[in-house]
Amino acid sequence: MTAIDPSAPRRSLLARAWQFIKDLWQVLLRPSSVFGLGALVLAGFVAGIVFWGGFNTVLEATNTEKFCTGCHEMRDNVFAELKPTIHFSNRSGVRASCPDCHVPHNWTDKIARKMQASKEVWGHLFGSIDTPDKFRENRLELAMHEWSRFKANDSLECRNCHSAASMDITKQSPRASVAHQRYLFTGEKTCIDCHKGIAHHLPDMRGVPGWQ
Amino acid sequence: MIRKSFLLAVVVVMAAASTSLLAQNVSSGLRGDTPLNEEGPAALMTPQRNSSERETRNYPEQPPVIPHTTEGYQIDVNGNKCLSCHARARTTESKAPMVSITHFMDRDGQFLASVSPRRYFCTQCHVPQHTAKPPVGNDFTDIDSVLSHVAPGGRR
Repeated sequence: MTAIDPSAPRRSLLARAWQFIKDLWQVLLRPSSVFGLGALVLAGFVAGIVFWGGFNTVLEATNTEKFCTGCHEMRDNVFAELKPTIHFSNRSGVRASCPDCHVPHNWTDKIARKMQASKEVWGHLFGSIDTPDKFRENRLELAMHEWSRFKANDSLECRNCHSAASMDITKQSPRASVAHQRYLFTGEKTCIDCHKGIAHHLPDMRGVPGWQ
Repeated sequence: MIRKSFLLAVVVVMAAASTSLLAQNVSSGLRGDTPLNEEGPAALMTPQRNSSERETRNYPEQPPVIPHTTEGYQIDVNGNKCLSCHARARTTESKAPMVSITHFMDRDGQFLASVSPRRYFCTQCHVPQHTAKPPVGNDFTDIDSVLSHVAPGGRR
């Protein structure tokens, strides 16, 4: 009885795959003998539109509140906390949704944030904050990520709606007007320095600058 | 027979009394003209006063009232929003009045390094004010008025 080498079929599969790649490379290198150049360019153009449109559509679909609150971690914790705050319910009904504050609006920053967010998908799949206790434990770290992002980009996501140039300080309370003139307009502080915990509950604030 | 008619009379009197009581309009400041057996419309909610100007205490021990809005301020085991302005170390930046030093005392009169846990929950004593019209009058007399009445010309 001839001995069957257990690695033989595996090696041949690898070899066949390698052969396929080499063949494909040859096909890609050689000029087409069937399709005209115009047809290829047109097909490439159409395919490009389809791929790019599809990519952007999916990107925008993941940039909605409905998508964010699709996971119970977001819906039961941070989204529930947002609801009584002024960024969800107020006199005029203008409101911020999750990506307005948590995803940068310009493209490169948005893609960078989306790549970071892939870790959040991992966290969801492996349940890193799937119970209230785990969420509470990680809350400070998660909040720190957001605070440092706001601090680094000079509270860009706040300023997408709240422009210092359009602030009428005569319409603000004396307290707010004085603080904004002294710290915001001079650039000494940025929004997040004072306005932490305005849309979600605060984590344990011991050791956070400005807090006890 | 007499007993029966007496009972009837009692019932009639009680019924009359109770209906007249029900129909009675007791006009009090809090209830308004709402009859006693009905629930009146809820009063409109008023906004919190936000002048930021210190208000005079009505009596020496009164916890100072809060002259600004405190909506959404978190005061719990995780943090105290009030202290981010009123804490000792924060007052230079915020220009807010510092938490009274009495708030650092424990119940044995010993001073602690920071606000005592029993004084941590600010809004147990200090409350924001609303722009509401008081529904009932108040004839409270300030101690200074009493003193000047007792000893005209004043005394120290």
